[in-house]
Amino acid sequence: MSVLIFIDHTSGMIKKASREAISYGAQLAAQLGTTAEGVLLGNVAEDLSALGQHGVQKVYHLQHTNLDHFDAQVYTKVLAQVADQTGAQVLVFSNNTSGKALAPALSVRLKAGLVSGAVSLPDTSNGFVVKKNVFSGKAFANVAVTTERKVIALNVNAFTITTGTGTAEVASLNVDVPAPKTRVISKDKSSGKVTLSEAEVVVSAGRGLKGPENWGIVEELATALDAALACSRPVADAHWRPHSEHVGQTGVAIAPNLYVAAGISGAIQHLAGVNRSKVIVVINKDPEAPFFKAADYGIVGDVFEILPKFTEAVKKVKGVA
Amino acid sequence: MKILVCISKTPDTTAKIAFTDNNTKFAEAGVQWIINPYDEWYALVRAIELKEANPAITIHLLHVGGTDSEPIIRKALALGGDEAIRVNADPTDSYFVAAQIAEVVRSGGYDLVLTGKETIDYNNGAIGGMVAELLDFPYVALATGLNVEGSTATVKREIEGGEETVEVSLPVVVGCQKGMAEARIPNMRGIMAARTKPLKVTEPVAAEPLTLVAEFGMPPAKAGVKLLSADNVEELVRLLHEEARVI
Repeated sequence: MSVLIFIDHTSGMIKKASREAISYGAQLAAQLGTTAEGVLLGNVAEDLSALGQHGVQKVYHLQHTNLDHFDAQVYTKVLAQVADQTGAQVLVFSNNTSGKALAPALSVRLKAGLVSGAVSLPDTSNGFVVKKNVFSGKAFANVAVTTERKVIALNVNAFTITTGTGTAEVASLNVDVPAPKTRVISKDKSSGKVTLSEAEVVVSAGRGLKGPENWGIVEELATALDAALACSRPVADAHWRPHSEHVGQTGVAIAPNLYVAAGISGAIQHLAGVNRSKVIVVINKDPEAPFFKAADYGIVGDVFEILPKFTEAVKKVKGVA
Repeated sequence: MKILVCISKTPDTTAKIAFTDNNTKFAEAGVQWIINPYDEWYALVRAIELKEANPAITIHLLHVGGTDSEPIIRKALALGGDEAIRVNADPTDSYFVAAQIAEVVRSGGYDLVLTGKETIDYNNGAIGGMVAELLDFPYVALATGLNVEGSTATVKREIEGGEETVEVSLPVVVGCQKGMAEARIPNMRGIMAARTKPLKVTEPVAAEPLTLVAEFGMPPAKAGVKLLSADNVEELVRLLHEEARVI
C-alpha cells in the first residue's frame, strides 16, 4: 500500500506542478500512514534523489526509447504496471496537460475512481472524499470515491510546495513498454517564457486596449512582474492575441497568486476562469464594470495611463529601476 | 470514414449556479440548457469541416441522457451530422458515460471519436481518456488542430508553454478545445433538415459508477474591493507588496 505520484517533466526539468503533486502526495501518505513514492518516465537532467525534499521516499525512474515522447496510451500501460508492482493505493497526478490525458485512462485501467481538479487533501474521516472545483470554479463539489484504489488529479497552483530535508531512493522496475501509436512531428515551444497555467503572476488585458498594436504596455508590466500574459475571449476571437492566452470558462482556467486585469469588464464567463486567483487587481475606466465586484484591489481609470505607471512602480519595489 | 462526436448537455454559461436537496443536486429550475461549448464549437464544428472537405465522411452524434436532452441533440443536428444516437440513461459519473460511449463505438465501427476537452459543469475532462482506454485506442488530449488524410490523423495538441503536432493511425480519440474551429450558428436549412434526421434511442449497458458527488458548495464570498485613485498607482503596488505580499 502506498501513494504513487506521477512526476512530469519538460526539456529535462521537473515541472513545478509536479512538485506540487509530490508535496500533496507526501502529505496524503502521511495522513494514510503509508509511504509516498514517485514515478518518472523518460530522461531528465535533474538529480531525482533531491525530490526527497518534497517528502517522497522513493522514485522509480524508467527509461526506454518508447518513453522519450509523451504518448498517453503507452504511459498509461507503463504506469498501471508500476502501480500494480508497487501496490499503490492512490495515484496522484497534476491536473496539467499530461495528467489530463493520463488520470482518466489509469482510472479505467485500475478500476479506480477519479477526482480530477482536486483542490485539497481528501477527507478520510468517513470514506474518501475529495474537494474539487465544478462549474468552472463558480462552485465546488465534495466527491466520494467508492473504489478501493483512487486516482487524484490535483489542480495546478492549488497546493503549496513543501520543501524540507530528505533524500529519495532512486530505483528502477521491469515493465513492458509497448510501441507508441503516435509520432511527434514537430514541437513549438516558447522557451524562457512563463507558462500561463503554472504562472504565479498573470497580467491580462481585454478590449479596453483597443487593438493588438497597444500590447506593448501590457507586455512591459508582465516582464516587470515576471508574469505570464493572458487575454479575454473577445481579444482572442478577434485574433489580437493567440488562443492559448484566452482565460475564462471556455479558455484556460488559472489560479495564480496575483491576477491583473486591464480593460476587461469581467463577464461571468471570464470570472469563471480566474476566480481561483488569490489576489485580483482590476483596472478599468468604467466604475460599473462587474469585475470590480470580484476584485481585491481596483483602480478606475485609463489603462493607457495606469499600466506604464504600474510598471514603473513595480520596478521601483523590485529594485530594478 | 465514420466520425462519432460525443455531445454533453450543460447549463448555459451565464446560468445561476445554486443547489437544492441539502446541497446534493444542481438547481435546475429556470436553467437554459446548451450543448457543452467544447463539444459544439470545436469537436462538432471540426467534424463538419472535415465532412465539407470530404463528403464521403459520415458523422454521428452521441449523447447520454434522458428525453429532455432532445432539443440540444436537434440543435446539434441543425449544425450538421448525419444522425444522432441517444443512450437513454442518467449520466451518473464519467466512468458510466465513457462505458456507454465505448459500447457505441465498438458496435458502430468508428474511426475517429471526438469529445470536448471537458464539460463546463463538472470540469472532469475524463471522458476522452476513459473511452480511449476502454477501447485501447490512442488518445490525444487538449487538441487545438485536427486533420485526417487516409488512415492517418494529424493532431496539434497543447503542451505546457507551447504546442506539439503528432501523427497517429486511426482509430483514435481526440479531446478538442479552442483553436480547432470557429463556433457556428445553425442556418435555416440546417434547422429544417435536423427535424427529419434520424435520432436513435438505445438502452444503456451496465456500468458501476466509481465516484459520487457527496455535496456541493459555494466558494466563500470576497471581502470587497479596495479602490484606489488613478493617480495613486504607487500605493497599489505598495499594498500588493506589503499587505497582499504577492509582488
